Amino acid sequence: MEKILLKNIENPNSADINEYKKIGGYRSIPKAFENKPQEITEIVKKAGLRGRGGAGFPVAMKWSFACADAKFPKYLLCNADEGEPGTFKDRLILEKNPHLLIEGMVISGYAIGAEYGYIYLRGEYPGAYHILNRAIAQAYENNLLGDNILGKGIKFQLAVHRGAGAYICGEETALIESLEGDKGQPRIKPPFPVNVGAFAKPTVINNVETLSNIPYIVEIGGGAYSKIGSPDCPGPKLYCVSGHVEKPGVYELPMGTLLRDIIYKHCGGIKEGKNLKAVCPGGITTPVLPADKIDCPMDFVNMPKHGSMLGSGAVIVMDETVCLVKVCHRALKFLEHESCGKCTPCREGTGWLRKILERIENGAGAEGDIELLLSVSGNMLGKTFCPLGDGAASVVQNFIKHFRNEFEEHIKRAKCVMRDA
Amino acid sequence: MLSKTAIKELEEIRQKYPNASAALLPALYIAQREFGYLGADAYEAVSDALGIPKAIARGVGTFYTMYKHKPMGRHIVQLCTNVSCMILGAEKLADFLKNKYGLEPGGTTPDKRFSLVIMECIGACGTAPAMLVNDDFYENLTEKYIGEILERYK
Ligand SMILES: Cc1cc2nc3c(=O)[nH]c(=O)nc-3n(C[C@H](O)[C@H](O)[C@H](O)COP(=O)(O)O)c2cc1C
Ligand code: SF4
Ligand code: FES
Repeated sequence: MEKILLKNIENPNSADINEYKKIGGYRSIPKAFENKPQEITEIVKKAGLRGRGGAGFPVAMKWSFACADAKFPKYLLCNADEGEPGTFKDRLILEKNPHLLIEGMVISGYAIGAEYGYIYLRGEYPGAYHILNRAIAQAYENNLLGDNILGKGIKFQLAVHRGAGAYICGEETALIESLEGDKGQPRIKPPFPVNVGAFAKPTVINNVETLSNIPYIVEIGGGAYSKIGSPDCPGPKLYCVSGHVEKPGVYELPMGTLLRDIIYKHCGGIKEGKNLKAVCPGGITTPVLPADKIDCPMDFVNMPKHGSMLGSGAVIVMDETVCLVKVCHRALKFLEHESCGKCTPCREGTGWLRKILERIENGAGAEGDIELLLSVSGNMLGKTFCPLGDGAASVVQNFIKHFRNEFEEHIKRAKCVMRDA
Repeated sequence: MLSKTAIKELEEIRQKYPNASAALLPALYIAQREFGYLGADAYEAVSDALGIPKAIARGVGTFYTMYKHKPMGRHIVQLCTNVSCMILGAEKLADFLKNKYGLEPGGTTPDKRFSLVIMECIGACGTAPAMLVNDDFYENLTEKYIGEILERYK
């Protein structure tokens, strides 16, 4: 497949505006301005673009909700918090192709009538912070941002807002709180951000990769774009593959590529000829899949039918030497640390789950601990304020569902059974 | 008190937002740079500069892990131990830092040269194990490579 999002990134100066223009960059802005804003939303609707941040929500639908609200000004936020462990695709766009994102934001801002945009960038990406600021300054100099873009009377002001180390700020309402200078704790919905978002104004939040698709959609049209990848879920997708594969990295492939093909065809299979044991297909909070369940098309529509989720497209590959109790414990340690503390089931539950997993891993598990894990996680599911708590419960349930035997052996033999294997 | 340049920088940042509260996170970064960490003086300076109550500033500052609340070493080693790095040996690297440099997670060497912070995923999973030293990424780490890298930071 032709590279769309990762076009030109081998060029060491790809982040420079002149290099970006040389390969046809920034041509979609004047093209977009020839259309009415609603027509851009129509094109994106025809393209069938779904959000790449994790939930796969139809982009045009979100945009039209924000358009329908009469309050002004409106805001466009780019979610560059990229915190889901295993995910490193947005960083590549931010560092190597920042102008693609900026172009996408100018067009998206025009479509929804937003005059202000912020890129909410995670604090752990200091390199991207400097690159983005430089790219934004270049775009201003070239009259591609500002009060009168390309002399067409269209206004879009863009700035970077740096997060400070909190996974929960990737959740859109927590992101807004953090932008406004508060703790990153999620807000109750409704009202949804499209009506009452940043600074109480209608706000659209989209992921870096989502917004980076917009220039290409405007360039080739919604109809042509919708023919790439899965019919229900079209477009190119960035899969980030890490762990025990021969060639880890970010792969731009048609949406719906089989998980098996990603691992064996594109990434050269399992490292050192070992056997595959398990995969977290969309980041550590998406349900783990055992080695025999990887014949699934990696898109938002098909993954749930195969017992998991596309999430952020972060494929974490684990070979036969990995202790899954340990991985599950590490995931819960992360989620306990990142729980914002707002609601009890998540704040307390993540800690309890982590402690039980820790004692099992350390050979001090008691009979009944698996039932206890299932009971605690079962009591969290559906009862937490935001999806982080649900995700934590589902991590534990899915590891036990597929690898119960390994948990039982740890308890029975009172030690980590993988350590001496 | 923030320095004159910091106040000017903050005023410019303030213009990017519709109200002063939104400039709190950037202000805390600036104060951290000026004071080394966020203690009582730093919170007072931020509170004065933005007109935000100290208690609010502190509540927000302590929510985020990148704001430091005690003096740190000259260089901050930020080692990721999340799953992709863990399964490729990050814990061994943490042991190495402890044995070779006496660096405990959350600790600082007696000569104040290094502090160690254990990180959640830093977005370098494809080249795991990975760390940041101050603002610089280092990837595909081995014990030997870490030894070489740290030599560059005096
Ligand atoms: C705990 C949690 C963390 C999230 N982290 C991110 C993230 O780092 N980046 C992201 O784009 N979306 C993240 N999301 C999803 C956002 O809430 C939101 O759905 C997304 O930014 C919408 O953009 P999209 O429609 O373009 O995908 C997270 C959601 C939750 C519940
Ligand atoms: S589920 Fe967890 S992260 Fe979400 S609001 Fe509750 S405590 Fe906070
Ligand atoms: S898990 Fe270590 S960088 Fe992502």
